[in-house]
Amino acid sequence: MRITVTVDGTQYTDEVEPRTSLVHYLRETLGKVGTVIGCDTSNCGACTVHLDGHSVKSCSVLAVQADGCEVTTIEGLARDGRLHPVQQAFHDNHALQCGFCTPGMIMQSIDLLADDPDPDEKAIREGLEGNLCRCTGYQNIVRAVRDAADHMRPGAGPAAERVVSGEAAGKVPAGGE
Amino acid sequence: MTATIEPEVGKARTRKEDARLITGRTRWTDNIALPGMLHIAVLRSPFAHARINSVDVSAARGMPGVAAVYTAADLDPDGTIGMPCAWPVTPDMKHPRRPVLAADQVNFAGEGVAAVVARSAAAARDALEAIDVDYEELPVVLGLENALAEDAPLVHEELGTNRNALWVFDSAEAGTGASVQDAIDTSEVVLKRRFRQQRLVPAFMEPRSCVVDPTGPQIVMWSATQVPHILKTMAALTLGIPEHKLRVIAPDVGGGFGGKIAVHPEEGLALLIAQKLGKPVKWTETRSETMLTSHHGRDQIQDITITARRDGTLTGLKVELLADMGAYLGLVGPGIPLLGAFMFNAIYKIPAYHFACTNVFTNTTLTDAYRGAGRPEATFAIERIMDELAVELGMDPLELRERNWIKHEEFPFTTVAGLTYDSGNYEAATERAKQLFDYDGLRREQAERRDRDDPVQLGIGVSTFTEMCGLAPSRVLGSLDYGAGGWEHAAIRMLPTGKVEVITGASAHGQGHETAWSQIVADQLGVPFEDVEVIHGDTQSSPKGLDTYGSRSLVVGGIAVVKAAEKVISKARTIAAHLMECSPDDLEFGQGRFTVRGTDTSTTIQEVVFATFTAHNLPDGVEPTVDSDAVYDPENFSFPHGTHLCAAEVDTETGRVQLRSYVCVDDVGAVVNPLIVEGQVHGGLAQGIAQALFEEAVFNENGTLTTGTFADYLLPSAADLPSFTTARTETPSTSNPLGVKGVGEAGTIASTPAVVNAVVDAIRRYGIDDVEMPCSPMRVWSAVHRGRTAAGGAGAEAGGGLGSIDASGGAQ
Repeated sequence: MRITVTVDGTQYTDEVEPRTSLVHYLRETLGKVGTVIGCDTSNCGACTVHLDGHSVKSCSVLAVQADGCEVTTIEGLARDGRLHPVQQAFHDNHALQCGFCTPGMIMQSIDLLADDPDPDEKAIREGLEGNLCRCTGYQNIVRAVRDAADHMRPGAGPAAERVVSGEAAGKVPAGGE
Repeated sequence: MTATIEPEVGKARTRKEDARLITGRTRWTDNIALPGMLHIAVLRSPFAHARINSVDVSAARGMPGVAAVYTAADLDPDGTIGMPCAWPVTPDMKHPRRPVLAADQVNFAGEGVAAVVARSAAAARDALEAIDVDYEELPVVLGLENALAEDAPLVHEELGTNRNALWVFDSAEAGTGASVQDAIDTSEVVLKRRFRQQRLVPAFMEPRSCVVDPTGPQIVMWSATQVPHILKTMAALTLGIPEHKLRVIAPDVGGGFGGKIAVHPEEGLALLIAQKLGKPVKWTETRSETMLTSHHGRDQIQDITITARRDGTLTGLKVELLADMGAYLGLVGPGIPLLGAFMFNAIYKIPAYHFACTNVFTNTTLTDAYRGAGRPEATFAIERIMDELAVELGMDPLELRERNWIKHEEFPFTTVAGLTYDSGNYEAATERAKQLFDYDGLRREQAERRDRDDPVQLGIGVSTFTEMCGLAPSRVLGSLDYGAGGWEHAAIRMLPTGKVEVITGASAHGQGHETAWSQIVADQLGVPFEDVEVIHGDTQSSPKGLDTYGSRSLVVGGIAVVKAAEKVISKARTIAAHLMECSPDDLEFGQGRFTVRGTDTSTTIQEVVFATFTAHNLPDGVEPTVDSDAVYDPENFSFPHGTHLCAAEVDTETGRVQLRSYVCVDDVGAVVNPLIVEGQVHGGLAQGIAQALFEEAVFNENGTLTTGTFADYLLPSAADLPSFTTARTETPSTSNPLGVKGVGEAGTIASTPAVVNAVVDAIRRYGIDDVEMPCSPMRVWSAVHRGRTAAGGAGAEAGGGLGSIDASGGAQ
């Protein structure tokens, strides 16, 4: 089947098998290997990307379902060498060790903050429940998300990093451009 | 240049590694794609024990995109290739051959039977379904005691037994202590308990993967491994590839936790197939394959006898273990329980000690290293029975520990197991932990809740642990019949522009070596942190090493870096003296500068390096380089310790356990990077707590792993864990120049007994003195409502055997 998908700002048209999952399309057809596969039961969340501004586990979406959609992956977050506030917060708070879960964890965190720009610890923990990490014990991830929330608060940082609204945070993850 | 540079060691530097990991610019093995690359998929046995009558691959060979299909007969016609085991623990250890593919018999569910090579991974998997295997089922051997029963069927008929090895240490025989039997015969208190260490899955997040490119002058293998150097040597030995014709690369590796210390049959397969086809090949497993076939950890039955005087003074400890090896021996599998053999006596002055471990074969996935490897098992047993002994004696568990532990003024202390602990301060760590925890306040609340019969009871668990890490002095490994040394290599290359390349034999997979080693080198050479590049994980650029496991990287590999830096300075000193026309003895080196003592004449290390590069004006007979390397063999293990306190709320109406507070004060010696240390502790705690409360690999009566996915195996999520309160005391190790001890495993080793002690403490009033791990709501509820035996006791079987939790909730 022929699909047209915009991934990280570039439009692609490809023939895919109906059974091809979005994550396999991203990795094998487009070479978007920043998004990874950690399980085969959609439990780990390592493959999380944004589909039209909302987080999805790309192992559980067929490539054909993404036809006509806009996909943002971890590779599309930083613009002109400037990190997204959530990426920056993961670095600043040592929220990653091996880094394998990190792309999915960051994409999910951005989605979480879009829904709830001021989450408490419980809300963060519950919002990340579908993303597994084996290295960090989650404590620094929780701290990073909280830190990012503070930096993304309206008026908190330079204009370019401000989140205009929850929906915009999901749709334009680079921060409001 | 500023007059003084702040030391890098001790700074909470954020990590150099992060830049690529947070932006998706990663080099996981599965990301690698080479021109013409083919994909391997492995057909796996659904049976735990069966004879293979025939394998028909003809239909699969005709499938679209399929390049080849192989069975054992194709890849190893003589049946001589066996995956290596580097740790023959006894001279008479039984060692069955573990083939790359099973030829006529499968011995665990998941063992490979055939391999398809195709244009895409999907095409290869499709073709697996067209392979027809005729199996004849054999009786399945499950459970440690079943396997040792007289009439038990045998996993490997040709061995004549399911017993792999019996390894014994006795303090009376070794001359390190008295006789345990005497202690048992004469002590006022003799307490015997059986504990079960359930089977766990390491569950690193990146599934295993390897890519082999046979098209160059050397065969290049990328693998998601912790041990590229060991893998290279072992693959050469196992497959007959000349070692200099093989290059192994561990690119970005997504976690290991011991689970990637291995030489996998699939790595052997990929090497054999790539050579046969002359094409690059890739094998990447599914998560289910990881769960089913990558080695598991733990799985022991522990019979512990502790003896004491009525006043609480310990008089003896006897440890009898049964350890499940699974169907074959992993790279270091049979030695894992031995790594605990020297740790059951823990921080206590015990006059008599006996340890005996029987390793056993069953029809299950093999076991091998998992974070802590032997030491969590030991720490669990001793810390659990110390709590039980405290109850028996009517003492506070911390008071009992304090009565018996080694006092800080008694170091160095040689234990009953023959190890010499160089340093420690158990009093300081415990005092700090008690303050942070509000030990006395929580004890009061516990009493109040008991008094008012609160349905939610509070339990307090203690674990005062030590571990031996920094594997390892080579002579000790030799005395334990390990097949290699324990040294580590480092090299430093001083580049003409003053930048520095550091080569390390340690192979990081999340630990942050690039950052920590940069800090060490920045201090040693007086160069900026940013000017240091750390190179690792490729046998071509990092030619020598023994890799990363056993909390060894900093304590062994980091010290090798220090030693290499010292050689750089020594060489540079000679050249600097020549350039400044003075004696090398007149120079002092500090903050990157050689200064003529008592003057302000100086030159920087960068200037010396450039002068060395041009080599226009060097002393006679001095070679034009200051580059240096060093191989460091530690003189002793290091002994991190700490006090962990856990408060658990147990809902007696639902069995749910909620961690109310977790405080740990760890003493890991001097700290290079507190941010990284704290992260290691957090992650370690999560894994240790997960063993206590959540995780278990379960096989059903047919030997089928029923927890073969992340939907069935309960890896904790963020919502399942609390925030931890972590703190440190700092008693430097005296056996290395940095005073470091290692931190990779501490959290995992210490936390499991703290949590289980807390759970048992909460419900002891119902007559409960043990709950088998994991302390699931079902088990805890059963214990409260059906009494002690219904809690599962220690069961007759090891974790993963038939004693694993069943439909009746673990009730017997």
